[in-house]
Amino acid sequence: MGIVGSSEVRVDAFDKATGRTKYYDDLAPKEALLVRVKHSTIAHGFVKSIDKTEAEKIPGVVKILTCFDVPDIPFPTAGHPWSMDPHHQDVRDRHLLNRHVRYYGDDVCAVIAENEVAANQAVRAIQVEYEELPFVLDVQEAMQDGAPQLHEKYPNNILNHTTAKAGDYAEAIKEPGLIKVEGWYDTPTVQHSHIENHGCFCQEENGRLVVTSSTQIPHIIRRIVGQALGRPWGDIRVIKPYIGGGFGNKQDALYEPLCAWCCTQVGGRLVKMDCSREETFVSNRVRHAIRIYIISWLHKDGTIAAKKVECFSNQGAYASHGHSIVAKAMGSFNQHYPCPNFEGDAYTVFTNRPVAGAMRGYGMPQASFADESHAEECAAAVGMTPLAYRWQNLMKKGYVDGFSHNELYTDSFRECLEKGMQAIGYEEKLKQYQNQTGPIRRGIGMATFWYNTAVYPISLETSSCRLQLNLDGTVNLQVGETEIGQGADTAYAQMCAEVMGLSDYKKVHVLSCQDTDVTPTGLGAYASRQTFTAGFSIRQTAEMLKKKILDYACELTRQATYNMDILDSNIVRTTDGRVLMSLSELSMTAQYNPVHSEHITAESTYTIRNNAYSFGCTFAEVEVDIPMCKVKLLNIVNVHDCGRLINPALAEAQVHGGMSMGIGYGLSEQLLFDAKTGRPLNNNLLDYKLSTFMDHPDLDAEFVENYEPTSAYGTKALGEPPACSPAPAIRNAIRQATGVGIDRCPITPHVLFAEFTNAGLIRD
Amino acid sequence: MYDMKALYEAYSVEEAVRLRLEHPEAQIIAGGTDVLVQMREGRRAGKELISIQKISSMRGVTIDEQENIRIGSLTTFSHITHDPIIVEKINVLGEAVDMVGGPQIRNAGTIGGNTCNGVTSADSASTLFAWDAIIELTGKNGKRYLPIKDFYIKAGTVDINVAEGEIQTAILIPKASYENTKGCYLKYGMRNAMEIATTGCSVNCRLSADKKTFDRVRIAYGVAGPVPMRAPAAEEFIGGKPITMENIEEFSRKVLENINPRDSWRASKAFRLHIAVEMAKRCLIESVKRCGGDV
Repeated sequence: MGIVGSSEVRVDAFDKATGRTKYYDDLAPKEALLVRVKHSTIAHGFVKSIDKTEAEKIPGVVKILTCFDVPDIPFPTAGHPWSMDPHHQDVRDRHLLNRHVRYYGDDVCAVIAENEVAANQAVRAIQVEYEELPFVLDVQEAMQDGAPQLHEKYPNNILNHTTAKAGDYAEAIKEPGLIKVEGWYDTPTVQHSHIENHGCFCQEENGRLVVTSSTQIPHIIRRIVGQALGRPWGDIRVIKPYIGGGFGNKQDALYEPLCAWCCTQVGGRLVKMDCSREETFVSNRVRHAIRIYIISWLHKDGTIAAKKVECFSNQGAYASHGHSIVAKAMGSFNQHYPCPNFEGDAYTVFTNRPVAGAMRGYGMPQASFADESHAEECAAAVGMTPLAYRWQNLMKKGYVDGFSHNELYTDSFRECLEKGMQAIGYEEKLKQYQNQTGPIRRGIGMATFWYNTAVYPISLETSSCRLQLNLDGTVNLQVGETEIGQGADTAYAQMCAEVMGLSDYKKVHVLSCQDTDVTPTGLGAYASRQTFTAGFSIRQTAEMLKKKILDYACELTRQATYNMDILDSNIVRTTDGRVLMSLSELSMTAQYNPVHSEHITAESTYTIRNNAYSFGCTFAEVEVDIPMCKVKLLNIVNVHDCGRLINPALAEAQVHGGMSMGIGYGLSEQLLFDAKTGRPLNNNLLDYKLSTFMDHPDLDAEFVENYEPTSAYGTKALGEPPACSPAPAIRNAIRQATGVGIDRCPITPHVLFAEFTNAGLIRD
Repeated sequence: MYDMKALYEAYSVEEAVRLRLEHPEAQIIAGGTDVLVQMREGRRAGKELISIQKISSMRGVTIDEQENIRIGSLTTFSHITHDPIIVEKINVLGEAVDMVGGPQIRNAGTIGGNTCNGVTSADSASTLFAWDAIIELTGKNGKRYLPIKDFYIKAGTVDINVAEGEIQTAILIPKASYENTKGCYLKYGMRNAMEIATTGCSVNCRLSADKKTFDRVRIAYGVAGPVPMRAPAAEEFIGGKPITMENIEEFSRKVLENINPRDSWRASKAFRLHIAVEMAKRCLIESVKRCGGDV
């Protein structure tokens, strides 16, 4: 086995395990002034006045800035590649601080103080007077005439509405004898809950603003800070050190613009802004709660004659990533289960909730929950097994999507399902768990998904790589696709070492920290694209560097370049296998050659104009305690066809993390709001029920490795896919156990209590 | 950085009492797992603190001259769980406090803090109620003993006389309470760790010599009312009755005559009532088994 495909130890493992790794908070000089935000305590209204008299008296308070002080420059926050087409540019609806507050927790004032205690005391001491307006939290209510309006430009609070169409739905459903299956599926507002809360610091250096941030997207943040402050982008330098996770929350400009502006308001002094966990839940980003209505018209043989899907996405107060999430969700349905007559409608609707942005899966966990819950009901309606219905109707080998030109080259769904069934003992358990009675029952369920690896053709896909040969024959690697805990740096080292012919992935030093002054421009970490996208530029640049090395070797060895290769970090004559010189010898000679000194480097950009389908499924086995309204997850298996595995151990770790997120999505996680005030109720790690180790069985990650023919290294999406299918698989297992199909998640004991009571399983 | 006005440290009970008298506004802090959280939230920001953390005489589990179990108020949850006296005589208390938060919290949090906090959801409280625990308070005029039900006044308020400089120094389980008695605690939470009880139920029983009859059954709840509470109607019903499934079912329904949980966003009243009945049943069945009886 080569370097690619081996379970190498993470390049950052030692430092992370020993606590040496530096995050933004470790890097911030201790003399930094602290910025704390005063958040709104109403869900909707206008700030009438702000009394900061008492707050300003507190020792240590340096300056208090309010929504009346900020420049009137609306800016976008989404971490998308900038579109040169004005119609596709992100919506500019944010200000640094807001007079029109649109959710409970909106940013009203910023306190700059010498220490945390003074800053917190000042935040409490500031008096804000509001003119309150009615608010709305629910999407359907927000769309009604007369509902409270959040943004003038968007009547009925609809940020966007798009449609999808195939064949003739209206005509197709006239066919006699069709079986109609319909349902509403509800998904919750959840938060990423990465370990490291977002924070950043900023200081002025020679007239430029240097922002160090816990972000996934340093180059995009540079652009957004420039836009928000009305400064040329070259004035801004963004540094991204190691970060403690992001899952999409940090694929957005969070507090970088405000922090940078505060810096300019105190003469360019160093200011630092940390989000508390409570703020992270409310005043960063959340996952869109999407409500989905599906009607399927089935033939008696279980084939789908026609299908209609309506998706209503709760955007919260500001546009952020906006419609792209629900558009992606809607686009998934007719590829997942292709049918000839399809109609889809997707709405993104403003409400007075925290702002929804990117989150691992980007609309697909929502779509998967709806589509796979619905598939289970369809199978039951036509008397097919869950497996038979899926095998008949899922996307088949040879399927090509007309828009993305993605193609399913292999029989991926069947291979994944077979592997998962075997791993969990599906057939046997399905039989065993039929027709149970009694208070405690078991069930087994499945769910499938497909996933796009990167964002082509919707957005630009580009990656740039810089390689530099060191004197000892090692190689420094820089890309703009960031390490955010997922293990990207290790994959890059493996990919580069393999193409370069180095003896070990440790011969590649990945410069993990991105600095927009130094790092080649890249778009950061998002979608499931880092390994895929960076792979193209790494391979292209590594081949360039290798050619330069061999050209130089030609000069030293007088051998033709086509008779040489780099193998095991040596220059080798391929015709007879003789080692001509080591790479380090060549590098030293090149650098110190008195007649022809050369610093051997390579740099290039690759514009990716293809994308790749990734596939997989989850099998879940549950035990349901009906009187206690409790679900115990006994076993769970995820199977992924993500192409060739660059690093199997890291791939497995990726899947474990995603499964955990999916389990929480299915059973326990949900941000709740007070109906009377719009106040978030559970924005802390006690009341927001992330699942813990004690709530997980062993997580089983399995792979089907079908080499992706369009990819630089045969790999495709794995970052987000693991979070897509656990929730519906759990839902379907509960259905098998109890006969109750629950069309909303998370399936908490409260939900089970209501559903079991309705179904007559609980009688008091 | 915590917003505290001052921190006073006591090394003995006498010193703690003196500090209390000198600083009546000050908040007592032991393990800090509640107080520091509240201080960070701003609820106790700017307060003076009296730390009793270093009073080693208040730590540990012993048997006193009357053969009561004496648990020093500073004894941590993890200590209680693993203490041989607790394991032998009132294992359910060790099991109950093993469900508090996570391992770090259980290594720092104390049973005294758990009860002085006065909240209905405290994992130790329902078991202490069910076992008729006695609270020992020490002030400038010496010691005072209170049955735990009288210690809790209302949600968040316990009977500690600050003017007397009182602190809670121990919790006692009388011999008559623990002799020949076994119990079971169930915590209902929305997840299996790092959790606050939706409802907690602690049941214990003593069986007749032939193990066919309930001699004494006690049941207490957390989060079934503003403070932890017993369910006397159920207890009275089942005392002296034969051990049958019908009696156990009736016992569990009888709890509804006493408990009064509220509707909140954390759980509805209807849901809490429903699980309270089921928990009573399961706790009693398990308690019978632990006493060597059969259901």
